Amino acid sequence: MPIILDKINYCYSQGTAYQIQALKDINLKIDDGQFIGIIGHTGSGKSTLIQHLNGLIRATSGTIYFNGEDIYADDYNMKDLRSQVGLVFQYPEHQLFETTIFEDVCFGPKNQGLDKKTVELRAFEALHNVGFPDELYDQSPFDLSGGQKRRVAIAGVLAMKPQVLILDEPTAGLDPAGRDEILNLIAKMHKELGITVILVSHSMEDVAKYVERIIVMNSGEVMYDGTPKDVFHHYKELEAVGLAAPQVTYLMHELKEKGLDVDLDATTVEEARNSILAALR
Amino acid sequence: MGIIKASKLVHEYIRRDEEGNVAAITTALDHVDLDVKEGQFIAILGHNGSGKSTLAKHINALLSPSEGSLWVDGMDVTKEENVLPVRQTAGMVFQNPDNQIIASVVEEDVGFGPENIGVPTDEIWERVNYSLNAVGMTKYRKHSPNKLSGGQKQRVAIAGVVAMEPKCIVFDEPTAMLDPNGRKEVLETAHALNKKKGVTVILITHYMEEVVDADYVYVMEKGNVVMQGTPREIFSRVDELKEHRLDVPQITLLADELRNAGLDIPLGVLTREELVECIMKCRNHM
Repeated sequence: MPIILDKINYCYSQGTAYQIQALKDINLKIDDGQFIGIIGHTGSGKSTLIQHLNGLIRATSGTIYFNGEDIYADDYNMKDLRSQVGLVFQYPEHQLFETTIFEDVCFGPKNQGLDKKTVELRAFEALHNVGFPDELYDQSPFDLSGGQKRRVAIAGVLAMKPQVLILDEPTAGLDPAGRDEILNLIAKMHKELGITVILVSHSMEDVAKYVERIIVMNSGEVMYDGTPKDVFHHYKELEAVGLAAPQVTYLMHELKEKGLDVDLDATTVEEARNSILAALR
Repeated sequence: MGIIKASKLVHEYIRRDEEGNVAAITTALDHVDLDVKEGQFIAILGHNGSGKSTLAKHINALLSPSEGSLWVDGMDVTKEENVLPVRQTAGMVFQNPDNQIIASVVEEDVGFGPENIGVPTDEIWERVNYSLNAVGMTKYRKHSPNKLSGGQKQRVAIAGVVAMEPKCIVFDEPTAMLDPNGRKEVLETAHALNKKKGVTVILITHYMEEVVDADYVYVMEKGNVVMQGTPREIFSRVDELKEHRLDVPQITLLADELRNAGLDIPLGVLTREELVECIMKCRNHM
């Protein structure tokens, strides 16, 4: 179910003195099963953009097509869209509220109007998909560690069986092992469930390592859209808008300047290692 | 004795049920020993739940030890009469800048702290000027904080702490919510305060790259200090760090991979410059 954004504009406080154009003429096509990273400095429009994708914010002008249907059409079922496009907010663990972990994960599918049995099956499946140990299902979600709480929160969205999963900085505040666990989990879900994943991140290293396509937002516009290699090729321009390239990309440029013939487009440790070894031999 | 000295510091979180009986005890700090010298830049690493923030809250007397002792600038934090002086000695910067800013104009926000402790008006303005200058936010003094970027807001929060003229500032994951530029701004500000104003800095972080320039690093696990040393010493022990759910900077990781592939690269490479130099040396020897 591809998502197409056609000339999307969005203004906060339109018609007042405080009017701010948060999105300008955004044209994007998000194909099925892609793993996409969205980067951009604070205030560049990333969060505004993703909130359009499941209809939480309505564009001031422009159209969004989900699976060929105009989501702003009068007879379009917005509730349906919201269960197909799951959004995991920043610090999703703050949204946990039920008495047990299992109940919390059941909340989403229950609100989709499913019967009790289906709801419970979905909750089991979702908790299983995020690798959550069975023996903890009846515990209070508030007794868990930060990383585990986040897994439960992601399971809560997964239980609604979305076709598209959007995560807004899912690793913020986690320790390095917790970051790796969550990102590996997301990559695994992308692969095994075949869903489209959109990851908003401030970590260039993470984005370079996991995603296949990067969308760079800057002052409400799409600045770059391409593979990590293509995008980080513009590292100087990225710096000018408050972003950066992964550390290894800088290293490769410095080695090149010293006369070592390395691949300037290396964005991960593995690529850099192979390129340096090849250049030395 | 250093500016912050902990000796066998213990903190227990006690959870009680409805009748007030003890339901569970979690030992967040388990006999921590720590000695920070005045003017040092210290980093504390550790996974979520390892006790870093609990320790930080003791330094500011937000929490009180269950056992053991802690002195801040020679003051025993367990003594009631020391609580306010301790808080003025050790300032604290938290993760989310939005939770730390209260006024509607930047300069008023920075002046809020000194005003509360009864500093005379003229001196408040002096402190505000000095603090905004120290964090590089002078030109935003008349702005509304909610129109600033994350990094700028966090710098305003830091200025608010600096205005209290603390000898020591504890930064508890100050960059967790910021973009790369914001992270850089906040880190540069912390280093500038340390170098130029001689403020002792304690930085708690999950970003290994931010630790590289610290004087000394403590690694916490289960409420205890399990590793300590210079960044170079700490990041030479990659496997041990991984056991503690931590990592090394990407450059150190690459240096390790290259060493494992047979290149002559020393342990504990921290910066790009060092690694470039090592790699070029390898080439000259081939």
